[in-house]
Amino acid sequence: MAQDEKQPVIVLQNVDKHFGSFQALKNINLVVNKGERLVVCGPSGSGKSTMIRCINRLEEHDGGKIIVNGHELTGNTKDIDAVRREVGMVFQSFNLFPHLTVVKNLMLAPRLVRNTSKAEAHDIAMALLERVKIPEQANKYPVQLSGGQQQRVAIARALCMNPEIMLFDEPTSALDPEMISEVLDVMVDLAKEGMTMICVTHEMGFARSVADKIVFMDAGEIVETGPPATFFDNPKSERTKKFLSQIIQH
Amino acid sequence: MSFDFSLVIDSIPKMLMGLGLTLQLMALSAVLGTVLAVVLLLMRISRRWYLVWPSVTYIYIFRGTPILVQIFIIYYGLPQFEAVRDSIFWPILREPFGCAVLALSLNTGAYVSEILRGGILGVDKGLGEAAAALGLSVRQRFIHITTPIAIRLATPAYSNDIVSLMKSTALASTITLLDMMGIARTIVAETFAPYEVFLSLAVIYMVMTFFIQKAFGRFERHMSRYLKREN
Repeated sequence: MAQDEKQPVIVLQNVDKHFGSFQALKNINLVVNKGERLVVCGPSGSGKSTMIRCINRLEEHDGGKIIVNGHELTGNTKDIDAVRREVGMVFQSFNLFPHLTVVKNLMLAPRLVRNTSKAEAHDIAMALLERVKIPEQANKYPVQLSGGQQQRVAIARALCMNPEIMLFDEPTSALDPEMISEVLDVMVDLAKEGMTMICVTHEMGFARSVADKIVFMDAGEIVETGPPATFFDNPKSERTKKFLSQIIQH
Repeated sequence: MSFDFSLVIDSIPKMLMGLGLTLQLMALSAVLGTVLAVVLLLMRISRRWYLVWPSVTYIYIFRGTPILVQIFIIYYGLPQFEAVRDSIFWPILREPFGCAVLALSLNTGAYVSEILRGGILGVDKGLGEAAAALGLSVRQRFIHITTPIAIRLATPAYSNDIVSLMKSTALASTITLLDMMGIARTIVAETFAPYEVFLSLAVIYMVMTFFIQKAFGRFERHMSRYLKREN
C-alpha cells in the first residue's frame, strides 16, 4: 500500500531546455507520484509551460532525462506516441478543432488513435460531456460556446483517451472571471477521483485546496517545492516570498 | 465615331461559339494545375531538401516569367528538339490546344501551390499541438486538422486565381486557337471594328467572372459554416 502511494509516474532528471541561446529550463529535477496533484506557479517566462510541454514532448528537452509512465522520452516515436496516449493535456487557449462539432472533437482521437468504433466513441464522448455538464452542446461548433464551456469540452476531449496523467497549462488564464469556477470545479472533481495532475496555474485558492505539492519556478529553475501549507504560510526563499506578496496583495 | 449595336448583336453569338473551348482550357488547366499545386506543396513542406529545392525553383521560375512567354516557349520552342518530337508527349505538344493547357496548368500549379501554402501557414499552431497531445500522427493531423482549415483559408485567393486563369485562356488565341478571343480577333480583322467587338467580349468575360465568383462564394460559405456564432 505504501509502495503504491510512492509509485513515480513522471521523473525529470537534470532537465535542460534551450530556445536558441536562451535557457528556458535549468537542471530541473522533479518526481510526480501516481495520484499526486502538483501545482506549478511562478512569474511569466519562468519555464512553467515549457516544463510541462516537455512532459508530452510538445517541446524537446536538450539535456537530462524525462521518464513518463515508464517511457523515456528520446527521439523514439514509439515512446512519444505511448506517452501522448497516456497523458492528456489542456491548453490555455482551449485549442478545440473549430471545424468539428463538440462531440466530434471528442470522438476524433479515440477513432483515429485507438480505432474505437463510431458508436463506442460517441458513447464515451457523451458520457464525458455529461461529466463536464454540457451534453446539450454536443452538436454545436466550438465558436458557439462560451470560454468556460469550451475549456470544459477541452478537458472532456483529453479524458476521452482515458489518460493516466493530465497536464493543465494555465487552463483558466484566458477565461472571463465568472467562468473560472466552472472549469476549476471539473478539475477538482478529477483530483478527487485520483487523477495524477500537473497544473500550471495562478489560481492560488485551487492550489491551496487541491494540490499535494506546489512547485515554484523562476528563471527556468525550480526555486522551492513543498506542500501548500508550508509553501503559502512559511515560504523559505526570498523569491517565493516576493512572488506570493505580489499575487496575494490584490 | 458611332457605336454599331448591330455588330455587337452579330458578334456575340459568334464569339460564344468559342465559349466551349475557353471553358475546356479553363477547366482542364484548373484541375491539372491544382493537382500539380498539391504535389509541389507536399514537396515544399516535406522538409527534405531534395524535394523542397526543386519545388521552390519551379515556383520561382513559373511565377517569375510571363505566361505568354511560357506559351510561346512550349508551342514554338519545344518542337525544335527532336527528343520532344520523338517522345510520347508529341501528340499533345503537336496540338496548340495541348500546348495551351500545358502552359496554363504549369503556371497555375506554381501560383496555387503558394496559395495553398499560405492556407496551411494560417492554421493555428495550437490546433496541431492539441492533436499531437491527443496522440494523432503527423499524417493524421495534416489530413484531419490542417487540410480542412487550410482549404477554407485558401479559398478566397484560390478563387481569385481561377478567375485569373479564365482570363489567361485568352492568350491561347496567340497560338492559333479559336477560343472566344481568337474568334473576336478574326471578326475584328474582317470588320475593322475593334471597339464593338472587344467591348462585347469583355462583357462576356465579366459575366463568366461573376458566375465563378458566385460559385466560390457559395463554397466559401459552406466551408465557413462552423464559424457562425448562432445556430
